[in-house]
Amino acid sequence: MQRTILHADINNFYASVECLYRPELREKPVAVTGDVEARHGIILAKNNLAKATGVKTGEAIWQAKQKCPELLCLPPDFRKYLRFSKLARAIYEEYTDQIEPFGIDEAWLDVTGSVHLFGDGREIADTIRQRLRDELGITGSVGVSFNKIFAKLGSDMKKPDATTIITRDNFQQLVWPLPVGELLYVGRSTQQKLRNRAIFTIGDLAKRDIPSLRLLLGVWGETLWHFANGLDVAPVRRSGEESIIISIGNSTTAPRDLINNEDVKLIFYVLAESVAARLRQHGVKCKTVAIYVRNTELFSFERQGALRNPSSLSSEIVSKAMELFVSHYSWDKPIRSIGVRGANLVTADQHVQLELFEEDNTKVEALEKMMDGIRKRFGHYSIQRCVMLQDRHLTGFNPKEDHVIHPVSFFK
Amino acid sequence: MRKTFLTITAKHDPNGMIYPLTINWTDGQVYAVDRIIDVRQAVSLKCGGQGLRYTCRIEGKEMYLFYDEGKWFIEA
Repeated sequence: MQRTILHADINNFYASVECLYRPELREKPVAVTGDVEARHGIILAKNNLAKATGVKTGEAIWQAKQKCPELLCLPPDFRKYLRFSKLARAIYEEYTDQIEPFGIDEAWLDVTGSVHLFGDGREIADTIRQRLRDELGITGSVGVSFNKIFAKLGSDMKKPDATTIITRDNFQQLVWPLPVGELLYVGRSTQQKLRNRAIFTIGDLAKRDIPSLRLLLGVWGETLWHFANGLDVAPVRRSGEESIIISIGNSTTAPRDLINNEDVKLIFYVLAESVAARLRQHGVKCKTVAIYVRNTELFSFERQGALRNPSSLSSEIVSKAMELFVSHYSWDKPIRSIGVRGANLVTADQHVQLELFEEDNTKVEALEKMMDGIRKRFGHYSIQRCVMLQDRHLTGFNPKEDHVIHPVSFFK
Repeated sequence: MRKTFLTITAKHDPNGMIYPLTINWTDGQVYAVDRIIDVRQAVSLKCGGQGLRYTCRIEGKEMYLFYDEGKWFIEA
């Protein structure tokens, strides 16, 4: 059966919401930016006037100001954005229960079952756009197609406030001439690899034979070929359907550059506590610890190592992370950002092999659980490791709750 | 046009709906809401804001009363 899938993408989400609340800014170039003091000073979103001057999402504020000196930079208000995201979702829910959010401002809707109630895909898309405009004062682009990949491409084609329809009959004219980088999951390096094989457009990719793509990109090649030919069959997840967790991690850009092992250890402690607490919250332990390091030149790498026993203890995660770090980093440059991830997860309720000559870990486990309880009742900063007091500036953040918006992946 | 936040008296029914009964103007005057004509989510483009919009008839005049997360305002 032919599916009808919508991909709704709210235009310039953060900036639109800010402009909505401050009408005096509507005719000026506006950008929502991170905190410069904490060195998160990049453009998170911009309105159309700022876009017209060439300001791009993700670039530093000073770069944007060079292109557009009169750019107004506003601090983000994530609570407000979450509220609007929920309101938009409430609108979508009137048309289908199969809604899969992709970040805070995008969502796929499978309306196959509701077309006989509300009209065809275009009609539903237009109604949703109209309602976003009237009820929330923001505009959205909607792509309508028979699979998720083309629906997403459609929502990117015409902006702002437009509906794009991609059908089985017209996708070769509409989608195939687009540059291959437009396709979901073709990033900079994949694009480069494809370009080396004279694959420039999505059409070029679709016309290649699978074996040669598999040779070039592995299993990825095949997946991308399916994407390009409109053969993606991934379902739109139902509201509330949980995805399986593959790994749990946290990373951060430190408020100042990290210059020695002590600094790194401090940040690792903050991150590992959040990772460990989340592992325990989900009732899992990790068998592998991975670290991510990025230096001031923006060169980054990831390394991982196995733990002796599965663990959800911050102390064990930190010692493994430090071990990995010390053996893989030579300090030729200071470090800008750093991350810790627990992977290879197993359920926590299995038997534990106690150490014969070392301390009993179950006591530490009980201790950390108790800390979770105290923090839940009295707040994150009510109990802390002494080591955190060495540098309040560096450790004064809570990765578990400070970030309310997380990046998501298509392959959950 | 300015966003003016007001004190109101309201009736909360068992379903969670809120019906404004009177609005207290900034100068102390109290106006009764004669009728609520329409209630819907809407945006106030004139003075910036979004919320549940009550279209009310007050002293023979139709006007919008917005309910935004616990606060009431009008476009004045």
